[in-house]
Amino acid sequence: MNARGGGLGVLLVVALVMAGLVLPRWLVFLLALALAKGVAVLSVVVLMRAGLVSFGQGLFFASAAYAAGFAMRWWGVREALLLVPWSVAVAVGLGALAGLLVARYRDIFFAMLTLALSMVLYGVLIKAYGVTGGSDGIRIPTPTLLGLQLSGDDARLLVYYLAVAATAAAAWAVGRYAAAPAGYLAHAVRDNEVRVAYLGAPVSRIVYAAFLLSSGLAGLGGALTALNVGHVDPGLAYWTTSGELVFIAVLGGTGTVLGPLAGAVVYELIRSYAFKYAPYAWQMLVGAAMLLIILFLPGGLWSPVERVWRRQQA
Amino acid sequence: MKTPILEVEDLTLHFGSITAAERETVIVYPGELVGIVGPNGAGKTTFLNLITGYLRPERGTIRFWGQDVVGLSPHQITALGVGRSFQIPQLFLTLTVRENVLVALATREGRWASVRRPLHEPARVQAADEVLLQFGLLAQADRPAGELPEGGRKLLDVAMAFALRPRLLLMDEPTSGVSAREKFQVMDTLVQALREAGITALFVEHDMDVVRRYATRVLVLSNGRILADGAPTEVLEDPEIRLAVTGRR
Repeated sequence: MNARGGGLGVLLVVALVMAGLVLPRWLVFLLALALAKGVAVLSVVVLMRAGLVSFGQGLFFASAAYAAGFAMRWWGVREALLLVPWSVAVAVGLGALAGLLVARYRDIFFAMLTLALSMVLYGVLIKAYGVTGGSDGIRIPTPTLLGLQLSGDDARLLVYYLAVAATAAAAWAVGRYAAAPAGYLAHAVRDNEVRVAYLGAPVSRIVYAAFLLSSGLAGLGGALTALNVGHVDPGLAYWTTSGELVFIAVLGGTGTVLGPLAGAVVYELIRSYAFKYAPYAWQMLVGAAMLLIILFLPGGLWSPVERVWRRQQA
Repeated sequence: MKTPILEVEDLTLHFGSITAAERETVIVYPGELVGIVGPNGAGKTTFLNLITGYLRPERGTIRFWGQDVVGLSPHQITALGVGRSFQIPQLFLTLTVRENVLVALATREGRWASVRRPLHEPARVQAADEVLLQFGLLAQADRPAGELPEGGRKLLDVAMAFALRPRLLLMDEPTSGVSAREKFQVMDTLVQALREAGITALFVEHDMDVVRRYATRVLVLSNGRILADGAPTEVLEDPEIRLAVTGRR
């Protein structure tokens, strides 16, 4: 993962802002959903940089989404600029606790532990009907932005712009992390833990820090999804949600910050069209698309762009 | 009298019935270049693993500049100023040669968790390139470390430990895997760099010619015990010692 593409990132933000004005509403909604998921995919990529694959990002994705739902239901908070930081804080808090346990594990043990923790949350969300609404979930009313109360398409557009801003901020933060010593040390842990320790850096704290960043990103993705969809349910914590994030990470490519975001947009488009034209076989079509990517672009969808960058640099 | 940089006393460790270290006592003074020799399985690498906290002794004390380091982890001991290089080079193979050194430098600065500035800060890159120049690796700076030949990997492994500016450097067979022709060249580079930086060093070595030529003192280990400790010219001339180390008189 590297931080190149700052200029391209600014262009993309401008394009996304323009897209909100010209694209049909359903596509704007889909883009907002894709961006929210893209941020959560970044959380997977941050861990992959440290050599860890999490199959339990749904834990943070769902906890943040529910945190927004509870804040609205219990305290009547409707302000998006309060709901998003609050939800991310809940996810990071949970990450701080879970990280104490999982940051000591690697490989399949890490993957299974994260999966197990997310499924514990899923179980709680399903069973605690009185609080969580069980499998029905919780409805999320339309949020306000800086007190601005909008409805219908305008409200959706507002949530879309919030998603664009939050995604840009997340991409910038991850890019900065990737280019900084902290990001390189995580990469170094993936390559050779023993050497990291013999350079005088604490491996467990490096992994823990990556885990905290990752839980915050997954939480941000979850909060944006909740505000965009207007409903949260236990499926957000289910293992297929976490698996989908890993799937998109591989689809988009894990070498850059923009790859996972592009992967999320392409994934949502493929999924929507596959669902529309083959409602009983959409998973098969998504799987086929994945196979094609693996066969022809093993580095992910973004890898041709990376190659061009590298050639320019050389 | 000078203050010892390293004091090892009564160091003992067993792996089941195998004696890895038995009452090892060594005092190293600043400026020394100590060669550690002995047959395979003598406990040479174990000795380095004990000093650097990778293994914990059953008994004994290890003091670095007077501070007891038994029970500290490798990263804590490294942070105190004990560097280490490895028999099999321990590199970050998917990072470039320069990035390997940059990571070491950032860690030395205590900035391993920093996100405020990029790793490739101009001043740090310059410092990394100086280290690479010293070790003859500057031409390879932008290559992934995984593409280096064995001799280059060995040098980079030491260069990373060296970049930490340790006060004590422990090197595990710095010339193993290096061709006979390159051996002295590699050692010349290393020893010159150590002298210029005023670093005290211990190095495990199988090649007696290398030990004779570079070590100011030699430790002979066998079955976890220290058989001899003294000037290379005296110790390595002893037929009993030669027999223990090389199997020949």
